[in-house]
Amino acid sequence: MADFEPRIVAFCCNWCSYAGADGAGVARLQMPTNFRIIRTMCSARVDPEFVLRAFSKGADGVIVLGCHPADCHYIGGNYRARRRIALLRMVLEQYGFDPKRLKLEWVSASEGEKFQTTIVGFVDTIKALGPTPLQKEAN
Amino acid sequence: MGRYVWDIPNTTLVYGGNDLSKSALVIGGGIAGIQASLDLADRGIHVYLVEKDATIGGVMCRLDKTFPTNDCSACILSPKMADCNGHPNITTLTYHEVLKVDGQAGDFKVTVLKKARYVNPKECTGCGDCLAKCPVKNIPDKYEFGLVNRKAIYIPHAQAVPRVAVIDKDYCNMIKKGKCGICAKNCGKGAIHYDDKDEEIVLDVGSIIAAPGFQVWDAKIGTEYGYGRYQNVVTAIEYERIMCASGPDRGHIKVPSSGEDPKKIAYIQCCGSRSEKKGWKKYCSSVCCMYATKQAMITKEHGDLQEDIFFMDIRSYGKEFEAYIHRGEDEYGIKMHRGARVSNIEEDPVTKKLIINYTDDKNDGVSEEFDMAVLSVGLAPPAGAEQFADTLGIELNEYGFCKTSVFHPLETTRPGIFVTGAFAAPKDIPTSVAEACGASAKAGAWIVDENFEPCAPKIYPEEKDVIGKEPRIGVWVCHCGINIGAVVDVPAVAEYAKSLPGVVVSQQSQYACAQDCLDAISNAISEYDLNRVVVASCTPRTHEPLFREACRNGGLNKYLCNMANIRDQCSWIHMHEHEAATAKAKDLLRMAIAKAALLEPLVGSEIPVTNSAAVIGGGITGMTAALDIAAQGYPVYLVEKENELGGFARNFRFKEDGIAVADFLAETIKKVEENKLITVKKGATVADIPGYVGNFKLQLTSGEEYPVGAVLFAVGAKPYEPTEYNFGADDKVMTQIVAEKKVDEGSLNAENLVFIQCVGSRSDSVSYCSRVCCASSLRIAIKAKLANPMANVTIIHKDIRTYGFREEMYLKACQLGVKFVRTDAAAAMPEYDGKVVKAFDMTLGDNIEIPVDALVLAAGIAPDRENKENLAKMVKVPISKDGYYFEAHQKLRPVDFATEGVYVAGAAHWPKFMDECIAQASGAASRILTVISKDKLISEGIVASTNTNLCDGCGVCVGCCDYNAITLVEDECGGIKSNVNAGLCKGCGCCVASCPAGALEQRGFRSKQIIAEIDACLDYPVGGE
Repeated sequence: MADFEPRIVAFCCNWCSYAGADGAGVARLQMPTNFRIIRTMCSARVDPEFVLRAFSKGADGVIVLGCHPADCHYIGGNYRARRRIALLRMVLEQYGFDPKRLKLEWVSASEGEKFQTTIVGFVDTIKALGPTPLQKEAN
Repeated sequence: MGRYVWDIPNTTLVYGGNDLSKSALVIGGGIAGIQASLDLADRGIHVYLVEKDATIGGVMCRLDKTFPTNDCSACILSPKMADCNGHPNITTLTYHEVLKVDGQAGDFKVTVLKKARYVNPKECTGCGDCLAKCPVKNIPDKYEFGLVNRKAIYIPHAQAVPRVAVIDKDYCNMIKKGKCGICAKNCGKGAIHYDDKDEEIVLDVGSIIAAPGFQVWDAKIGTEYGYGRYQNVVTAIEYERIMCASGPDRGHIKVPSSGEDPKKIAYIQCCGSRSEKKGWKKYCSSVCCMYATKQAMITKEHGDLQEDIFFMDIRSYGKEFEAYIHRGEDEYGIKMHRGARVSNIEEDPVTKKLIINYTDDKNDGVSEEFDMAVLSVGLAPPAGAEQFADTLGIELNEYGFCKTSVFHPLETTRPGIFVTGAFAAPKDIPTSVAEACGASAKAGAWIVDENFEPCAPKIYPEEKDVIGKEPRIGVWVCHCGINIGAVVDVPAVAEYAKSLPGVVVSQQSQYACAQDCLDAISNAISEYDLNRVVVASCTPRTHEPLFREACRNGGLNKYLCNMANIRDQCSWIHMHEHEAATAKAKDLLRMAIAKAALLEPLVGSEIPVTNSAAVIGGGITGMTAALDIAAQGYPVYLVEKENELGGFARNFRFKEDGIAVADFLAETIKKVEENKLITVKKGATVADIPGYVGNFKLQLTSGEEYPVGAVLFAVGAKPYEPTEYNFGADDKVMTQIVAEKKVDEGSLNAENLVFIQCVGSRSDSVSYCSRVCCASSLRIAIKAKLANPMANVTIIHKDIRTYGFREEMYLKACQLGVKFVRTDAAAAMPEYDGKVVKAFDMTLGDNIEIPVDALVLAAGIAPDRENKENLAKMVKVPISKDGYYFEAHQKLRPVDFATEGVYVAGAAHWPKFMDECIAQASGAASRILTVISKDKLISEGIVASTNTNLCDGCGVCVGCCDYNAITLVEDECGGIKSNVNAGLCKGCGCCVASCPAGALEQRGFRSKQIIAEIDACLDYPVGGE
């Protein structure tokens, strides 16, 4: 378990969290390499199907990052994302996934540091949870 | 791509969008000049942008971060520099200087010197091979403010636009002595020509915008601070480079004498400013308080240390500046020494530490040791300002800046020549940008006449048909100098890409965004018959437009381009993990390629534009904007809720530049009411503004409706109604407006006149500074003192914020004997019992009592939030926490909203002075003209669309759309289907994720495209191999 390096898919909205991730880069904030960002225009574009797809393909964790409440570039997309992710976490639990494997967080364009701490924290969470239950099944 | 000088014959030419219309000339390629050029160009006017240096970008591109957002300066400016260079209507003439301006407004003939560059920009790729072998190495690098040396042949900096080498003829051995020629031998392109000569060209232009910027004050004049003698004393502008990740030490801040991390840094304010000493400037440089706080904050982020800022008054008067200073003090722990002027700095000859001698807030002399001192040097007129003014035939003011007036802040003394940026007065970036837009509205009015024809749109090669073709993908992997290459194994990544499905060609590039690589991408599209392009480099947020343009130039639809962000989101955040970062870069590239294979060409729909505008608010701001829009021939509907025009300025009784505000106001109202293109609606209220950019409907509560293409919110703010100091019940207590009236009428009769500043500002209830109250109190105090020199006039304040040339009033008030009592900014407000005011005098360190005959409350400006919210809801624009409209970007889009087609100016944006309102109003007018002067806009291609075969008309998506872009319509078979209005759709994709039938799709972000990315990520092991 010590050398378990989780594979994490991160969905970032174009306007806030993707920019926040860029901001982390501009500020040279260092963080683990375990995550791969997929850019969508809004966190509300993240179809539950995408999250389930990632888990079914063996992702150990999925994180969805959006604009802070009231800051959504598209007025209310983040609120919709919040409802969908809450529901999805319940669904995941019923399928035997720890709901902590799916996280939603708000990161603004200027919050490079929050992006960093969020990623560091999430990688730690997934490391503590261990590999995806799918892998145990495969073994 | 931009037309460069080498496309222009060296003779007089008439050159513009067509033979009938004149061009405009913008002098100075800093942020102000760039913005002015872009606005004119977007208005369809051809622009010559003349810059004396070898690159555009000015001072801003050398700054590290910008306040108050702490955005990276280069990151937000670079896209604008690239836009400017790539704009089909802008001819960027770098390394050129204006020699002579003949003719008059509407018909200038401008002689421009094309300085010998000795490198043909057409042939140079900016590869830098010529620099590597140049033997002359010890020339102070001007771009780095002499902190490092450069060679005789050089490229100004990594982000230079255009990225072309230039030879410094004063140092080149070949040019001076005819011996050397190494660089020419090393140039693979044969671009170097030692026989290049200076040439003169003549440009025909209709109007001119002067934006030569400023220079920082020469810190050597202030000998007491030891700059130039003490190694550890640096100027703030040098410190910007020291802090900057692209600076000489890659952002590692070191004590110059020892190379160690500093433990204590002192920031010394007002270096060169606010002093009558010889060689110093009397005015306030307006920006230093903020930039010093920014530098201290960013430095804190680099490491743990003690930082002290020494200042007389902290001048955080701008939007959200006050909160920024508080953040610096409270969250970052920066020590703020209020009322502390540093008298001198001494150096310990052994340790090289600095002893800073200052008077503290109790007027006691204090000495304290620091590792480093940063001098907050002020802004001075640009070098050669006098000669420049002579050349242009314009006047300078007493401080050596361009002469303007309060009512005409963008106009020089010569008709047809306008000014913007710091050449008119020291100012910050957003003000420069807003004024640059404003100057372009003014300059455009001299060019747009009944014969005006806008520049023809750029003609691109016909887009190749890619439908149904196998993907043929071209890949470029960028080193970004060493930004990517030093961490990620770029050759391995480029090699890996060759193994991926659909990839035909994969190459490395030193700088993928450089012109040579962009051209290579365009050419490769036909050379390799590519139908997709993938660039692995930096972030698409800034650079995607460049690569899309390269695709279009190569005959490929711009949406067939994709990017992998291997710099900002890989090499920069995994700097010490070469292998893992390389593996990640491969994964990101593989994901981008997988998505690219499924991309499809998109065509934005054409949105017709209504060629008129609505201006809400009939004050000075609204009227100025209406006149500027009408001056270029477009109808304006001006809505004022009161029964007469003029807004809050109707209360003003003072004069500016010798002219009464009332007279200027009357003249402006007359101009507006007589203008046939302006429809004035007085006593009118806006009911709703449905629609979208180009197609709004201005609906009034009276039932009238007007179609407009763009909307300006110029609804102002309102004065704060004091509840303090028994206001309203005690006749002795009055506002500034009433006090000024009484002083003017001679009815004040007060031997003891006291002003209390910051009533309703900088308090618990209203945390911001209202910006204008200090100057108003001073103006009234001066009048009162002149009328009755024996009167005791006292101003009780936290800081006096007379920024810029307004400092003159502070000086005059002091000279006339107005007493200033500084109170502790954090302490309670002064008390008043009907007879005396009790206040804590910081300088005395004790409470004092002042008898009062008249008490003037400098009541601030309240945002009038309810009124703003009503309008905001109609067009869905945000309001800041302080209750003012929140613009799209605080630095570079100060008058735009994120909602396209809606703009803001004047006090609705933030409290400001009349000249600032006027300039910003012109700025908003210019932004509006860039929209309503077009017949059609092309919408973004990334929008939602319905597959009617799958849609069962459930309507979930309708409720999901915050833009009301989706409706349910009946199709020809009687079925109910969802229908997306592409003009209203903002492309968030929210509806797509909501559709239970999978009938909705987001173009450019189709489900199958995103799933391809997920699969490409997880179907392979990390790093792909």
